[in-house]
Amino acid sequence: MKIQPDAAQFPLAFKTVVLAGFKAAKPEVLLNAALMLALLAVPLWAWFADEPFLITLTTRAVIFAIAGVGLNFALGFGGLVSLGHAAFFGLGGYVMGVLAYHAQTYTALLDWPFVIEGSRSMLVIWLVAILLSALLALGIGALSLRTSGVYFIMITLAFAQMLYYFAISWPAYGGEDGLSIYVRNSFPGLNTMAPIQFFAICFVLLILVLLLVKFLARSAFGLALGAARQNEERVQAVGQMPYRLYLIAFMISGSITGLAGALFADLNRFVSPTMFSWQTSGEIMVFVILGGVGRVFGPVAGAALFILLEHSLGGLSDYWHVYLGAILLGVVLFARGGLYGMLTGREAAHD
Amino acid sequence: MTEPVLDIRNVSKSFGALVASEGINLDVRPGEIHALIGPNGAGKSTLIKQIAGGLQPDSGSVVFDGQDVTALTTAARARLGMGRTFQISSLAMDYSVLQNVVLGALGRRGTVFRFFRPVMRDRELLAQARAALVEVGLEEMQNMRTSELSHGQRRQLEVAVALTLAPKIFLMDEPMAGLGMEGSRRLMGFLDTLRQRAPILLVEHDMDAVFQLADRISVLVYGSIIATGTVEEIRANPQVRAAYLGEEEARS
Ligand SMILES: Nc1ncnc2c1ncn2[C@@H]1O[C@H](COP(=O)(O)OP(=O)(O)OP(=O)(O)O)[C@@H](O)[C@H]1O
Ligand SMILES: [Mg+2]
Repeated sequence: MKIQPDAAQFPLAFKTVVLAGFKAAKPEVLLNAALMLALLAVPLWAWFADEPFLITLTTRAVIFAIAGVGLNFALGFGGLVSLGHAAFFGLGGYVMGVLAYHAQTYTALLDWPFVIEGSRSMLVIWLVAILLSALLALGIGALSLRTSGVYFIMITLAFAQMLYYFAISWPAYGGEDGLSIYVRNSFPGLNTMAPIQFFAICFVLLILVLLLVKFLARSAFGLALGAARQNEERVQAVGQMPYRLYLIAFMISGSITGLAGALFADLNRFVSPTMFSWQTSGEIMVFVILGGVGRVFGPVAGAALFILLEHSLGGLSDYWHVYLGAILLGVVLFARGGLYGMLTGREAAHD
Repeated sequence: MTEPVLDIRNVSKSFGALVASEGINLDVRPGEIHALIGPNGAGKSTLIKQIAGGLQPDSGSVVFDGQDVTALTTAARARLGMGRTFQISSLAMDYSVLQNVVLGALGRRGTVFRFFRPVMRDRELLAQARAALVEVGLEEMQNMRTSELSHGQRRQLEVAVALTLAPKIFLMDEPMAGLGMEGSRRLMGFLDTLRQRAPILLVEHDMDAVFQLADRISVLVYGSIIATGTVEEIRANPQVRAAYLGEEEARS
């Protein structure tokens, strides 16, 4: 099909292009769009209808989605089955908690050898959460990536548990009870206490993180990482070290989940050791598996579905996790690609 | 005499009581096809692994391009210029054919740590990748998922990936297996010209192919090299006839 850039024909040509584009759009792209629109429509509607709880619920889904996108980068693209991503989620949470706590009590975080003050600025908190999570991922990854399979799962789990017990036994920041922050941290030009505005912040961050992963997946690094997941020997034979690819992927993955942790703590204005717990790690993995491992938008679908189930089943029974478990088993046994696999089929080999 | 590209010095390797390589000396010189033949289980693939990395010899050393590489990783050896094809195809099966060759071209470029530019739109990489596919005759298949290729096509793809690396030596472990008559003939023609670009250490079962192609042949039996020489020398060698060719003839 040829389209003439003729001025008179422009509207027609434009229409042809749009129509062709729509027809060519893969089901995956349509599902992505529908999902993001729904995530946007619900809180907007709730805002007009004055249902702040619904906004908060959607914000939760968005934050979980970010955490899942983080894990999915390691798990889906690098094949690294980490059952310890709560380590990053919790670290992000505590970065927020500790920085805000010192700001709210007007105490310095560190007096010697140099002074470190707390902070109430989300931008500062995010930055610190991202950097420290990357650093933690470097440490955990450097040790655990020498193993694989079940050992890797166990070691990542063990690191998260270590941090969990550390948080519990550290009285300075609330120990088992956690830390409450009275006012949500600030973002220039916005009133973060307004649920819809905080939602907007999280939603934009989700979009940025999705774009990041999309770019990474298509980059040279993404190609090599995916190849390492499929066949390490092949990657070595073309002169690359899978270990290095994994380590960087793990750092990127950890920092995204760490950012989600900081947002989650800010949403609740509360952080506790629960964020480090193995249940949290498990839930993040559930988002990824429900949505579709290795699909860029998979965790968004997974987190949304999780919140939906939690909200509907949770109302029916206190044991809703049992039902969730059954659904998860169903997905793993019968729909291995998760929601995305079911609705859009197998990913194209080439895009 | 010109310096050999690859020089294997006194390499030994045992798996428990099984001696897979016993004091092996072998060199590959510029411009030649050096064939490595021997019965099943003789230790051919084991030797290739020790050359390419992935298996550490118990003793002896592997010198490549004037450098002792015995202690280097597989990846480091590949970067120095070893282009290897596997006896059992080792590819990224979920990727398209083109993605596999682009991965090779990326390996040649050296750095994969580029995070934002779409790699499948990189003209330079695509050009190298497609050129390699054309050379092995897989250009029609470039958008197919690798897992959908036949065995023979996978072998061709392995060769194509090795080509993208523009290596200083090719290490090929039975590249013709599963190719069929026509495919084998084609690949033989190609290997015949390929030796101008870089020498080839060729493990091959097909005697006719070996006798047609090889400049020199080494015969490996039970982990030891019993003879190295030109096609005529190997054909005439009574030890080889007894140990290997005799078997072949008796079988056919
Ligand atoms: N990792 C290993 N551990 C134990 N034994 C091994 C290992 N690798 C190879 N062997 C044994 O070493 C011997 C040589 O194997 P190798 O694969 O090198 O033979 P080959 O000459 O390539 O045979 P073929 O022609 O069948 O490919 C075989 O007896 C094999 O079983
Ligand atoms: Mg073999």
